Amino acid sequence: MNILVVLRMVPDVVEELEIAPDGKSLNLEFARMVLSESDDHALEQALLIKIRDGGTVTVLALEAPEVDDALFAAMAKGADRALKITGPKAGVTTREAAHIIAGAISSEPGLKGADLVLTGTQAINDLDGLMAPMLAQELGLPFLGIVTGLIPNSSARTALATKEYPRGVRGEFEVALPAMFGIQAAEKPPRYVPVVKVRNVMKSRKIDCVSLAETVEPGFPLLQVLEMTKPQATGHAEILEGSADQTAEALCTILAERGLL
Amino acid sequence: MDGQFWVVVEHWKGRVSQITYEALAVGREVADQLGASLHAVLLGHNAREFVPTLGKADCVIYIDHPLLSEVVAETYAEALVQLLKEGKPRGIIFPLTNVTLGAATLLGARLRLPVINFCTDIQFAEGRLQARCVLYGGKIESRVAAEREPAIFGLWPGARPAEKGFSERHPLIEEFDMILPEPAIHLKKYIEPEAGDVDITQQEVLVAVGRGIQSQENLHLAEAVAKQFHGAVCASRPVIDQGWLPLSRQVGKSGATVKPKLYLALGISGAPEHAEGMKSAALIVAVNTDRGAPIFNIAHYGIVGDVLEVLPALSKAIESRKGVGSHA
Repeated sequence: MNILVVLRMVPDVVEELEIAPDGKSLNLEFARMVLSESDDHALEQALLIKIRDGGTVTVLALEAPEVDDALFAAMAKGADRALKITGPKAGVTTREAAHIIAGAISSEPGLKGADLVLTGTQAINDLDGLMAPMLAQELGLPFLGIVTGLIPNSSARTALATKEYPRGVRGEFEVALPAMFGIQAAEKPPRYVPVVKVRNVMKSRKIDCVSLAETVEPGFPLLQVLEMTKPQATGHAEILEGSADQTAEALCTILAERGLL
Repeated sequence: MDGQFWVVVEHWKGRVSQITYEALAVGREVADQLGASLHAVLLGHNAREFVPTLGKADCVIYIDHPLLSEVVAETYAEALVQLLKEGKPRGIIFPLTNVTLGAATLLGARLRLPVINFCTDIQFAEGRLQARCVLYGGKIESRVAAEREPAIFGLWPGARPAEKGFSERHPLIEEFDMILPEPAIHLKKYIEPEAGDVDITQQEVLVAVGRGIQSQENLHLAEAVAKQFHGAVCASRPVIDQGWLPLSRQVGKSGATVKPKLYLALGISGAPEHAEGMKSAALIVAVNTDRGAPIFNIAHYGIVGDVLEVLPALSKAIESRKGVGSHA
């Protein structure tokens, strides 16, 4: 099984996000970028399949701050090859990214012919669509999203995929390969890789680069961001101030008054 | 068909999803602003029984086909591609749930139409269809305009009360025949969740833990407080994905919807996917180190602090009030 995993960097929402002076975008200059959470699960799912069934795992990402760290970490975890598309403009949308990535996959000989193409089912900034169905359309592949389990059958050229539904229900699907999957969660939590192992990979391996010049960008905007703001809450919690002991005591008083204690 | 606004009906396992009515309520408002008729698009097999429940729409476009008996994104998208050859709506609302997710994007990609995701509101204003969207886990809101029509909107649950999407009216029905290609994806079976040791939907008090609990070893702190309240511990997605608690304890989009008397949200940011499952709790108390966390926008009371410090303090305070030692 040859598996291609598309990774994206997104702003870390644990940090304070800042809106750019234009009021229409995020100020990414000081934002800490991290691997999109469900992409991390997509990578893990690919590695689990490789361990179970053999094959290769290639990771592919657009150039972005901190992306080299993510790609080296992916190789340290077990990815066979890492590839970076260089030259995209900052703040590229999901739709533009999908077009660029699909172009790279179609033009780069080493990326063609993957049996499974995996990416996260949804990123926190997928404003103009989701990556997996966009890529599926561009690459002419079948698509299934919100996947939490994936067992390929190389001889039958199919995969058994588990999709998550509401209320804990799951659906088991048979999918003809090659196919594109949006991974919600891997069968196991993403593995931890020690920093020292990542550093060793940085010294011994390299990230291959594909220039954006070899891809074609989409020609027209389909939507326009008019403004970006911090949420204007319709309500906001009454904040209990003080030390942990003081706030705990204050909370107990409130709960007791409501008959909950 | 002209001057229309469409809402795609989500139905699953024999029932129309609640979000369909929320979407119809939004769609009705937008259609009225546009001076357009509201059409509900019902794709299914032997699903005609749902039509009378869709009276908020002026008309129900019903496609009956065996391949539409289950929601497969590419089949849904293909059906809509064919429908859009017949009619040109100004916009189409898709419910943004695990059932339908992906179909909106596929349709947009196939026809090169604008897709606007994560919508909490949709309006026709300043001569364009616009949406208010929630991004970055609920930390940013964005107002977005479609540059082309029809525009496709992915609507978050909770945009309107579902009751606003009901009507006693009987909508007109338009039926179309279509030939759909056999998809490369087939549903083999549904797997129902295993019954958990605790039914979190029946608990009066839920102590919910998120990423802020940091490790499985710290779960006993939450369990101790839950025990003091005679409640149960539940969790947001990251805790379940780590395998620290079983799937039966998950609250949110893929898990349970709960309405306890008290919901203690500990180290949970309050992303829309989680809020969807707990925002109707009678009393929500949030503890988070990030004063700007979206959970504080839906909680009634908040403590800005470290869960690992607040939990033992809370346990101690409860213990002293009850006057009995109840640590697990």
